[in-house]
Amino acid sequence: MEVDWIPLNELKPGEKGIIRGFRENNSDEDYLMELGLMIGTAVTLVKFAPFGDPLEIRVRGFFLSIRSSEAKLILVEKIKD
Amino acid sequence: MNEALGIKKAHPRGKKPEIEIAIVGNPNTGKSTVFNALTGMHQKVGNYPGVTVEKKTGVLKNSNGSKIRIHDLPGLYSLVPKSLDDKIAVDVLMDRLDEPQHLKLVIVVADATNLARNLYLVTQTMDLGIPVILALNMMDITHKRGLHIDVDKLSQKLNIPVIPLVANKGKGIEELQEAIGKITRTEYQYKPIWKIDNDIHEALLPVCSWYKNNSHLNETASWAEALRVLSSDKALENWLTNKNGSSFEYGIELKEIVKNARKSLEAHEIHWHMFESKWRYAWIDEMCKDSVQESDVGLSFSEKLDKILTHRIAGPIAFVLIFAVIFQSIFTWAEVPMNAIESSVQWFSGQVAAFLPDGVFKGLVVDGAIAGVGAILVFLPQILFLFFFLTILEDTGYMARVAFIMDRFMKGVGLSGRSVIPLLSSFACAVPGIMATRTIQNWRDRLVTIMIAPFMSCSARLPVYTLMIAAFIPGMKILGIFSLSGLTLLSMYLVGIFSAIGVAYVFKFFVVKKQRSSTFVMELPPYRVPSPKWVFLQMYERGKIFVLNAGQIILAISIVLWFLASYPKPNHQTNIAPAEAIQQSYAGQIGRFIEPAIEPLGFDWKIGIGLITSFAAREVMVSTLATIYNVEGADESSVSLREELRNAKNPQTGKPVFTPLVAVALMVFFVLACQCMATVAIVKRETNSWRWPISMVLYMTTMAYIGALIVYQGGKLLGLG
Repeated sequence: MEVDWIPLNELKPGEKGIIRGFRENNSDEDYLMELGLMIGTAVTLVKFAPFGDPLEIRVRGFFLSIRSSEAKLILVEKIKD
Repeated sequence: MNEALGIKKAHPRGKKPEIEIAIVGNPNTGKSTVFNALTGMHQKVGNYPGVTVEKKTGVLKNSNGSKIRIHDLPGLYSLVPKSLDDKIAVDVLMDRLDEPQHLKLVIVVADATNLARNLYLVTQTMDLGIPVILALNMMDITHKRGLHIDVDKLSQKLNIPVIPLVANKGKGIEELQEAIGKITRTEYQYKPIWKIDNDIHEALLPVCSWYKNNSHLNETASWAEALRVLSSDKALENWLTNKNGSSFEYGIELKEIVKNARKSLEAHEIHWHMFESKWRYAWIDEMCKDSVQESDVGLSFSEKLDKILTHRIAGPIAFVLIFAVIFQSIFTWAEVPMNAIESSVQWFSGQVAAFLPDGVFKGLVVDGAIAGVGAILVFLPQILFLFFFLTILEDTGYMARVAFIMDRFMKGVGLSGRSVIPLLSSFACAVPGIMATRTIQNWRDRLVTIMIAPFMSCSARLPVYTLMIAAFIPGMKILGIFSLSGLTLLSMYLVGIFSAIGVAYVFKFFVVKKQRSSTFVMELPPYRVPSPKWVFLQMYERGKIFVLNAGQIILAISIVLWFLASYPKPNHQTNIAPAEAIQQSYAGQIGRFIEPAIEPLGFDWKIGIGLITSFAAREVMVSTLATIYNVEGADESSVSLREELRNAKNPQTGKPVFTPLVAVALMVFFVLACQCMATVAIVKRETNSWRWPISMVLYMTTMAYIGALIVYQGGKLLGLG
């Protein structure tokens, strides 16, 4: 595993990353892939919900809410805009 | 290979003279707006046989020639079903229902502002071998998002007609109608737009032939479905069980074939898991490069608004304010039309009473029918206000933000933000609320949501709350803005909410702990201006359901009650008091029988009659009281029910029957008790067993009894009696 790959939920609001992998036991993986979150897709962490969880991500021009527990299982490579 | 994909098997068609077509699309694409525009008001709403998924059909207007029937299918992202609604949509598209539709065309409504994700469903649908029109909606917003879509190029690449639309402004609808007419008149030939590698082709072959031999999928769809089940276990599951959840006998065979096909892919070092998604998105991304240009335009209005509405501090404040305004306005604004309806019903009842001769029939009509239904009609304004707000919240996209904000708390009790919307809908009525749980994919979450939904104070409880509050809670102001009556109403809602949380906790730890708790992936659609037409249509439909459903039950029960309260007639004496007369009636006898059990709650036998009759529907409580007190009342129709209740005295002690404490205990009983036949029936249907509705009635009634007991006895101890 590459050193600079971090779990999606460790991005800060406004930061962007490229999906590099899915960790095991991500029960949402199939669903997320059908929505277009593939390896190589760019994701922006938009914000955390008011009470800290879930979080809002932007992908392919739309916005998704996912929980930190699932975001943790998506590995991204942080990129600069 | 391409030949194999291209051959279209002759589809056996029934002898229906009508042409069946369907509309599908991702959620939040304006699918319903397109459906409404195409069909006008010529719609039929029902259920798919055997299941509770809403079936919406309409007839295409302005169609020349054949009658074209349009099926509006539930919104979905992919042909791999995640919920019961998804499954129905998929089954209609694949013609797997008992009553086949033989679709001649599918219109896929897509949101032009996020084309790639929408094209996933578009390409999946195309591969079913049915003609497809892509209705590209929200074209007016694309330039604001910095998107330029080359529609002609898109149409050429996909090899299907693409109609740009601004459905909420009616733009493009005529062109869509034309395209529908044209396609349904011509013979269709599926033309594949992509190739599959030889290795995959070989692996797919046995699965594909299984479909050709064992399903009525056409050649093209067999290939597409083979690819789908190879890629996803969820898709495979859909073929292993029937709608009752039991296994198909041929499932084992299919499972084995798929297992072997996956092995042969692995032998070629092809990762089969979600292969379909990777393959489709690779194609889509490549195609979008040519047809879509994107430039950065900064934050949209929706994103700016969302910054406030889901802000760490402003978000929750906005949430509370929005719901405070809704509750406050339901109670205060509705007062004006309520008074108007009340006096109209009184006037009408007076006219009828003057017209009819004295006797049994007059009593039946005036005291039974008119009094009962009138007492319910009076609360219609509140119900319409509630549905007005709920529909707007849903239509603007704010409901999804509610789920986003509240998920944290729902997670705490083992649910997800998805349960918030069914639970919020249950504030209007638990029946649609429970039906709305169908979008919850996890069965455990769904069951718990169903079991706690009736704790949300529904519109049928409002008549009881309103009557009790208006009659017994002083209208004083608190802090200058809030009235005590408004706060009392709010606290009834809170009692329900906290009970629901408690019960959800119990369920989490004791009842269904075995199952994995749910995940929470949800789209946050852009904020949109709600369509007034849609809001009023929803108000009309739901208001109609309330009046008709409530009306039927109430009419019947009012008449039974009038009979129970009027018979047997006292023995010809003229000087017998009305209060004594009702004691001798059947109703009085029943009430007296249960009085010892409910006395600790502060309830007398008249309230007891109401508690029993209102198990049919909560609002019956009001008409029961109306009937009972009208029969007994000294000054028949001139005194309203509220005053009757205030004036009611215990004939033995001479003390008032109702005190504010009794009114609160009664309201708490109504918050907690499952007094609604419709809820019981829908729970039976949604859980497919009597186990859950029976448990629901038992545990809720127990909680109601204990709750009212605590309020009344506790209140008396505090000297509030």
